[in-house]
Amino acid sequence: MSTSYYISLITAMFIGGAAGYVGSLMATKKMSLVGDVLSHIALPGIGLGLLYGINISLGALASLVLGIMLIWILSLKTELSMESLVGVVFVLSLAVGFLITPEEELLHALFGNISSVALPDAVAAVFISVIVFIAAKIIYSKMMLAYVSEDLALASGVKINKYNLIYLFLIAAVVAFGIKVGGTLLTSAMIIVPAAVARNVSRNMRQYSWLSVIVGIASAIAGFAVFPFLAARFGLSVVAIGPVIILASIVFFTVSLIFKNK
Amino acid sequence: MDFQDNQNLIENKEEKLLEPGGIAPQTVPQPPMPEVPSRQAMPEKGEELILEVKNLMVSFKEERVVDNLSFNLKKGENVAIMGPNGAGKTVLLKALLGILPYQGEVKWSENAKISYVPQKILPEKNLPLSVEEFFKMKKAGKEQAKEALSSVGITDERFLKKMIGAISSGQLQRVLVAWGLIGNPNVLLFDEPTAGIDIGGEETIFNLLNKIEKERNLSIILVTHDMSVVYGFADSVLCLNKKLVCYGSPAEALGSEGLKKLYGEGVTFYKHEH
Repeated sequence: MSTSYYISLITAMFIGGAAGYVGSLMATKKMSLVGDVLSHIALPGIGLGLLYGINISLGALASLVLGIMLIWILSLKTELSMESLVGVVFVLSLAVGFLITPEEELLHALFGNISSVALPDAVAAVFISVIVFIAAKIIYSKMMLAYVSEDLALASGVKINKYNLIYLFLIAAVVAFGIKVGGTLLTSAMIIVPAAVARNVSRNMRQYSWLSVIVGIASAIAGFAVFPFLAARFGLSVVAIGPVIILASIVFFTVSLIFKNK
Repeated sequence: MDFQDNQNLIENKEEKLLEPGGIAPQTVPQPPMPEVPSRQAMPEKGEELILEVKNLMVSFKEERVVDNLSFNLKKGENVAIMGPNGAGKTVLLKALLGILPYQGEVKWSENAKISYVPQKILPEKNLPLSVEEFFKMKKAGKEQAKEALSSVGITDERFLKKMIGAISSGQLQRVLVAWGLIGNPNVLLFDEPTAGIDIGGEETIFNLLNKIEKERNLSIILVTHDMSVVYGFADSVLCLNKKLVCYGSPAEALGSEGLKKLYGEGVTFYKHEH
């Protein structure tokens, strides 16, 4: 195995863990839809990055921040729910992203390109993952309180709007630095699937949050471990490692269904 | 702050009285009430105000939900807020808590420690959160949580491990009350404590309020539809239908005249004994 393979593995583990943890904060049905589509808002930025030769993480970050600001402002100005606003901005981003991303690069934008992960990108991704993890840990129980009751949270002095915004930025950071490894689809999967696995089998917040992290990391490891065999057997290109990681997480999900608590 | 200013005003008045040649005010100022150690030792309630509300108005868009409301709350007093659906009762509570924007004045005394018990919360059934963790969100350790739960009649220690979405609505109501008691507040704001409780449990919540109120020496402001709770528990009643309709002791305020004003013609209340 080459050094770049290990660099990619470590990056994927950190992104997987951070994405899993952040994803577990979307503990309600309402929020999970938001995280589901948020990662795709990065597409126009990736497209611009590819077109003009800028770092695609920076392009993605800019595009996500713009999209999030738009969603946040609209949610304050209109009576519409967060999920329908995210839906609108999502399809807008997807349409614009597909129009401006060069066709031959579309696959990379969606599924990532593991071979293009250079050391500086990996270091940045690891660093950002740690920051995101710490920030999410700080806001975790306050966000959970808001899920139990917004009124109770407000009465306890929790500024819900502020925390929602911080939270959206945390997702943006994970997505922006995760796309190099697995594209927008992988990061979106790492946000959704580990939390779903954890939710199936956890009985409290501690189990749930840690299990989300563990499944995120384990999916990355499992994907990288299985990939060489699949690649040899089916002649997969290195781009396929993102989808293999996603499939690994789905295997965890299937197992969790068997142990689902009643 | 504002309350403090009022106190200063009173003190200044007294100082003026002592000045020779000062203009004597028409009313004799009351000496400040001594601190009362406990409710039991005090047959009549202190005059110290814990809450002053002046010209309170809450509007959503064009609609005025609470209109020009003024009332005071004495320390240790229990107030029931009554009114038909949509009368602005919950909105009033939220304005008092400061979680809704309002116009006018809401002044809590400086030593007021307010806690809120919401009407109902509907956590998703499988929300991965245990009762113990719910208490931890208010910085309450296991012992504190156990103590608060036992004062609402839940003594089973295994209860702490249960998922919050999986307990019955009656138990959830008790948990919310216990959660409100964390941090030893001296004012409790209850939003319809009887709502969402099965009939068997209703009596218990009422007893519970009495018990908590006696044990912990607090003022309770509660929104309720339940007349027996009002008669058995409240020192005064505030009837609300956007505006203040009546205010006074339950017997005064809820005479048939007061009820007619509040709910319209044809409503009478028969005080039945259980």
